[in-house]
Amino acid sequence: MPNAILYDSTLCVGCRQCEEACAKKWGNPYDEKIAQEEKLSAHKLTTIQTFGERYSRRLCMHCVDPTCASVCPVGALQKTALGPVVYDEDRCMGCRYCMAACPFQAPSYEWNSRLPRVKKCNMCEERQRRGQPTACAEACPTGATITGEREELIAEARKRIAAKPGEYYPKIYGLKEVGGTSVFYLSAVPFEQIGLKTNLPQEPLPQLTWNVLSHVPDIVTMGSVLLGGIYWLRHRKEEVEEVEGPYRPFGFPKERER
Amino acid sequence: MKSWIPKLTFWRAVFLLVMAAGAYATFLRFYYGLGAATNLSDQFPWGLWIGFDVLCGVGLAAGGFTLAATVHVFNIEKYKPIVRPAILTAFLGYLLVVVALLYDLGRPYRIWHPIIMWNPRSVMFEVGWCVTLYTTVLALEFSPMLLERFGMYKTLRLLQRMMVPIVIAGVILSTLHQSSLGTLYLIVPTKLHPLWYSPLLPLLFFVSAVAVGLAMTIFESWHSSKAFGRKLETPLLMGLGRTLAVALLFYCSLRIWDLARRGSLGYLRHSSMETVLFTLEMCLMILPMLLLFRERVRRNPAALYGCAVLAIFGFVANRLNVSLAGMEAGSGVRYIPKWTEIAITLAIIAAGFAVFRFAAQYLAVFKEEEDTASLDWRQAESHAVMASRGD
Repeated sequence: MPNAILYDSTLCVGCRQCEEACAKKWGNPYDEKIAQEEKLSAHKLTTIQTFGERYSRRLCMHCVDPTCASVCPVGALQKTALGPVVYDEDRCMGCRYCMAACPFQAPSYEWNSRLPRVKKCNMCEERQRRGQPTACAEACPTGATITGEREELIAEARKRIAAKPGEYYPKIYGLKEVGGTSVFYLSAVPFEQIGLKTNLPQEPLPQLTWNVLSHVPDIVTMGSVLLGGIYWLRHRKEEVEEVEGPYRPFGFPKERER
Repeated sequence: MKSWIPKLTFWRAVFLLVMAAGAYATFLRFYYGLGAATNLSDQFPWGLWIGFDVLCGVGLAAGGFTLAATVHVFNIEKYKPIVRPAILTAFLGYLLVVVALLYDLGRPYRIWHPIIMWNPRSVMFEVGWCVTLYTTVLALEFSPMLLERFGMYKTLRLLQRMMVPIVIAGVILSTLHQSSLGTLYLIVPTKLHPLWYSPLLPLLFFVSAVAVGLAMTIFESWHSSKAFGRKLETPLLMGLGRTLAVALLFYCSLRIWDLARRGSLGYLRHSSMETVLFTLEMCLMILPMLLLFRERVRRNPAALYGCAVLAIFGFVANRLNVSLAGMEAGSGVRYIPKWTEIAITLAIIAAGFAVFRFAAQYLAVFKEEEDTASLDWRQAESHAVMASRGD
């Protein structure tokens, strides 16, 4: 069963323990200054964002049908059965199509490295395989971030909204966005007020390019037949004319035949 | 005694300066990495090298397949004298696109990975294969010029026997590749501005590439006639000019019909950077179209050349708008290329001009009188017979 993350922004106190645990796991530097950078980067794979008195978290959404995995020409990004979208740095050639294509702008690049890699949250895939929760969920003191089976987390989120309808905006972010993600958000206010993109289509994006790509074999076969046919016709006409004289579709044959 | 050092003219000085700046920028790019050499960011991962060098480079090489199809498949023989320069331009264009990709890729030494690591769902995978295969096809289409130069008539004859399938493969690969560069952007419906995002992007990219291929052929014929004191093939270029006008008419109608159909024309009422750039792009396409429909304009070589340049600018504006300007609002950051990005782009263009000139000087690119153009294998055969007899 695939796993997921549920982030309940009404419970988040902005302590940034998740950021620190994440940095520790990846071996990234972490200090006061980095804590203030409220954006994702190659050394900050999750971040807390402040919106007045409210907090939000940003990390890879681990889409059910990930755009990044579909666009990667070498298959360096893969959706695992366990839920996480993982990156294989040995395949990556650095075209950065995943970054251009990701609707959540989640992947970052090691811009200042001579041999750069794409960096993004891997939902602690190595920990999950051992049955442990993600580092961020383990570090969270208020239970704002929890991990578990995707279906169970959706049920839990619905239960929280039903139990306290006054405290929650009555929707779960991540249920339908680009066909569903593996990171869910609960919020007291509409999602755009905590910096989430609400203009995303409900269908998975890979379908948009597949609609065209799936016709490539047709174009190749039909194109070869068509062009081969045109070539034959155009050159055949020449051969015939060489023997029989100019082709006159509607005219009468000239003196030779008379 | 003749001096071995060429005379330093104005254009040679410019060339040397551009190449020197490019060399320094190359050092910065590969020693300090992409961060030091570009203004790219996590929010804006594709810049000038993709937007101009790759998207425009591939498009400007479209004359190669357009003319190869016209002459070798459709058998419209009168365009034969300009097939070779078009194929040379295309071949150089594709080589330079590969060079630009080597600058842009984070790990350029892995550029071959898509050959063995497959992901057929990826447009970039298709693009990678098209670049590889079509560059090979162009090398084969170009090689007769080399084989003739070195008198290798046996190989030439063998190659020319296979030329029909090669040309057809080239036309199909080009069709796929030109359109797939548009398909690349189908995946960003929320990032690309609605004046440019359209499900028809693949078709629009293909049609505009055919048009700009014709414009490039006029452009290079004019320049090489100046450079080598050749007679300009005016009647041929007039024919190309008329076809260009029709292609532009088709493209512009398709573009405007598509915007209207999706209800995006309303965005033109907003006064924004996007509106200005869109208007500029469309004017650069519509103006040469209107002019080229007049015979008086087509008859005048300078005016014909001017129209071709306008159409080329319109094409470049379109590609830059799709890849750079149209993506800014959706990504939330501004992108202005760093000097290093511009220096490397200019160096690549300068190298292209230099190699074209060199090839045109030493190879039979512009061959009018003795006609051994690609598909004429009967003549090649007689050469081969002569060669084997030792004449």
